[in-house]
Amino acid sequence: MRPRTIGLWVYLVVGIAFGVVITKAEVISWFRIQEMFRFQGWHMFGIFATALPTAILSVQVMKRRARTVHGEPIHLAPKQMGSGLRYVIGGVVFGLGWALVGACPGPLFALLGSGVPVMAPVLASALAGTWVYGLLRPSLPH
Amino acid sequence: MPDLLTAPWPWYVAGPLLGLFAPLLLWLGNRPFGVSSNLRHLCAAIYPRNLMHFRYDWKQEGSWNLMFVLGIVFGGVIAGVLLRNPDPIAISDATRETLTALGVRDLTGLVPDDLFAFSSLMTLRGVLILLGGGFLVGLGTAYAGGCTSGHGITGVADLQPASFVALAAFFAGGVAGTYVLLPLLLGIGG
Repeated sequence: MRPRTIGLWVYLVVGIAFGVVITKAEVISWFRIQEMFRFQGWHMFGIFATALPTAILSVQVMKRRARTVHGEPIHLAPKQMGSGLRYVIGGVVFGLGWALVGACPGPLFALLGSGVPVMAPVLASALAGTWVYGLLRPSLPH
Repeated sequence: MPDLLTAPWPWYVAGPLLGLFAPLLLWLGNRPFGVSSNLRHLCAAIYPRNLMHFRYDWKQEGSWNLMFVLGIVFGGVIAGVLLRNPDPIAISDATRETLTALGVRDLTGLVPDDLFAFSSLMTLRGVLILLGGGFLVGLGTAYAGGCTSGHGITGVADLQPASFVALAAFFAGGVAGTYVLLPLLLGIGG
């Protein structure tokens, strides 16, 4: 049984909108990320401080009151806490990389479109990192 | 009017808009907003080998999300090339001074253009910052099971404790990377 889905082009359109927002918001700028991690400016914190309440409020209301376009209840799979080590270690490893390239995964793709072609090898390297996780996964604490 | 289209958006416009993508994707079919899953889907599509982590139906699970990131690339073309902001990013003077002292010369674009160039991959500094950084992003998000989108926005919006832990760790790693690792690597010299 395939679940009912909408056309894939809808996600392309939503992705375009997301790419425009993060680019115009300068979230994809290495300089803005440096300013944030050095606590030298409000811009990025202002974005988090408005994005998170908007997301929390809307998702919480939707989980209680709304349904999807197909009439299904809203559902998000819970993240298993386990020992929590994967979130701490993986999180710090990602953070170190975020500080160096100044981009998390979404911005990597947006920068590729924004005329920074060297992001292609950076993205390939990120793929290699994810692949190495797949290789090491059985022996890593979770 | 052209200025209005090329100007960057202030935080109080961009922030609330960013927060609406998680509920929008849920509404469109219970899709969990998150970008780093695509790195896994791409690994599964390109070179799964015999690794359990990449043995799944990536088309079934990931097609919507791969379309989403393809959209992000086009969004970058629209906002970063066609409607490019002609002015330097308005970062604080303090950041400008700190980065200049660290040897970052070009402060005019979205990224330091001298560092984010193919020629930079001919230097140890460039390789470590660009490819090393990219590798850590891919490894860390896979291990943590999400990135700034999947944990930082979706997980937090769903009030999941693991995502709050992850977001705090992202930030701790970012601060450590900024104050320790980056100055070290920039000091290697071009």
